[in-house]
Amino acid sequence: MSANTGSELKIVGFLCNWCSYGGADTAGVGRFQQPTDLRIIRVPCSGRIDPLFVLKSLFNGADGVLVSGCHPRDCHYAEGNFYARRRLEVLKRFLPILGIDERRFEYTWVSASEGQKWKTVVQTFTERIHELGPAPKLDQCLMERAQAMAMAV
Amino acid sequence: MSNLDTLKAKIKERLPDLDMVVGWEQGFDPLRATPLFMRTEEDVDRLIWNPLCVHNLATYLPGLKGRKVGVVVKGCDSRSIIELLQEKLINRDDIVVFSMPCEGVVSVRKIQNRIGSLDYVESVEADTGTVKVTVDGSSQSFGFPDVAASKCGRCQYHTALLSDEFVGEPNNEKAEDDYSDVTSFEARPQEERLAFWMTEMQRCIQCYACRNACPLCVCRDHCVAQSRDPHWMTQENSTQNKWFFQVIHAMHLAGRCTECGECERACPVGIPLLLLKRKLNKEIEELFDYKAGTLIDSTPPLQAFKVEEDNINERGW
Ligand code: SF4
Ligand code: SF4
Repeated sequence: MSANTGSELKIVGFLCNWCSYGGADTAGVGRFQQPTDLRIIRVPCSGRIDPLFVLKSLFNGADGVLVSGCHPRDCHYAEGNFYARRRLEVLKRFLPILGIDERRFEYTWVSASEGQKWKTVVQTFTERIHELGPAPKLDQCLMERAQAMAMAV
Repeated sequence: MSNLDTLKAKIKERLPDLDMVVGWEQGFDPLRATPLFMRTEEDVDRLIWNPLCVHNLATYLPGLKGRKVGVVVKGCDSRSIIELLQEKLINRDDIVVFSMPCEGVVSVRKIQNRIGSLDYVESVEADTGTVKVTVDGSSQSFGFPDVAASKCGRCQYHTALLSDEFVGEPNNEKAEDDYSDVTSFEARPQEERLAFWMTEMQRCIQCYACRNACPLCVCRDHCVAQSRDPHWMTQENSTQNKWFFQVIHAMHLAGRCTECGECERACPVGIPLLLLKRKLNKEIEELFDYKAGTLIDSTPPLQAFKVEEDNINERGW
């Protein structure tokens, strides 16, 4: 992995083995230029993705999280992504109350042949995260600001 | 014969076929009720039913699975039973549900906030009009709505949705619930929201009373809070770690939580945990038109799917 150049942000990608990971591979074989902020974690199916994977990433310093699976009706395991779709949608809507910007999380569907689409997804999402900037870290510094804010109210 | 006496008589009638019936009795002082496990007729005589019966006794049922148990419930508590049955965490044939129409219960925390110390409560007169509490020689009266549990103000289920022995006239009043607590919190700036939770969670003492009081937190010794494999939580007592546990609790209850409020009531430091769960319920109602614990034959929405979802758009880029 390339050294962190400072301008790069941390984006975690959870990709299903059969479609989106293949799509990313296709994009690579096609030698499409892509931003390098994304760290990909391969999972067997989007249905394997516990929403807590995403939350844990966001809590532990990820600036953005991208989930991608097979298109609905194209799941390798027939229905994994149907369950995933419900969970991920609920998760996305849950984020605002936690004080997390919901734009830092996105889910989408990319098939193994869609190399070009994969490139667009990565580019768009990376640009979005760069616009948002680094996520606030849940550290001592934030605690102090939180305390100050609570005193002020 | 008062309703309570009728209820006692019914319990005594069913008791011979049951290992026990769970209800409430007066606790260590006049303000606090405590769960009562009735095994004999003398036990049944100690049963009470009034606005102090705050506990959701359905919490005991999964732990007693396989035994014949009776349980006394308020309207909201009955939803927990339905949810437990839906998820096959208890057997319908093993339980007998007793109920009466509920007019609401108090929030001991709200009373405490108004009075200060509740260490020496001398007497309490509580009905659904006023609550009069005498502490250390001085009495104060409150309007019931001011010190009632927040859930009672928006109650849609005064009458249990499931009961085998119901005593009294069913009350079908339904209050509106517009989730204004959630929307007004979400109207605050994002940084303030995060800061709010950080300051709240900093006070968490990791007692896990919230989890233990929840009728649908059924993993017991296998809770991820203690497990090393999977290792979701560290052993640190950092605010971040404690905060993450609450997020796990909320996610594990998504589409299952009936908003009984036990997590928040049980928290000794008063963290407003129900807000998180209400947020999820609000979204789940919008997405799936579903309210946990209201229909015995339905499947919790996150354990099901539709090939064409009604309210989720296909995320094209
Ligand atoms: S999460 Fe809280 S409100 Fe929901 S069912 Fe559990 S104890 Fe009740
Ligand atoms: S009951 Fe309150 S203090 Fe105890 S673990 Fe839960 S949130 Fe923390």
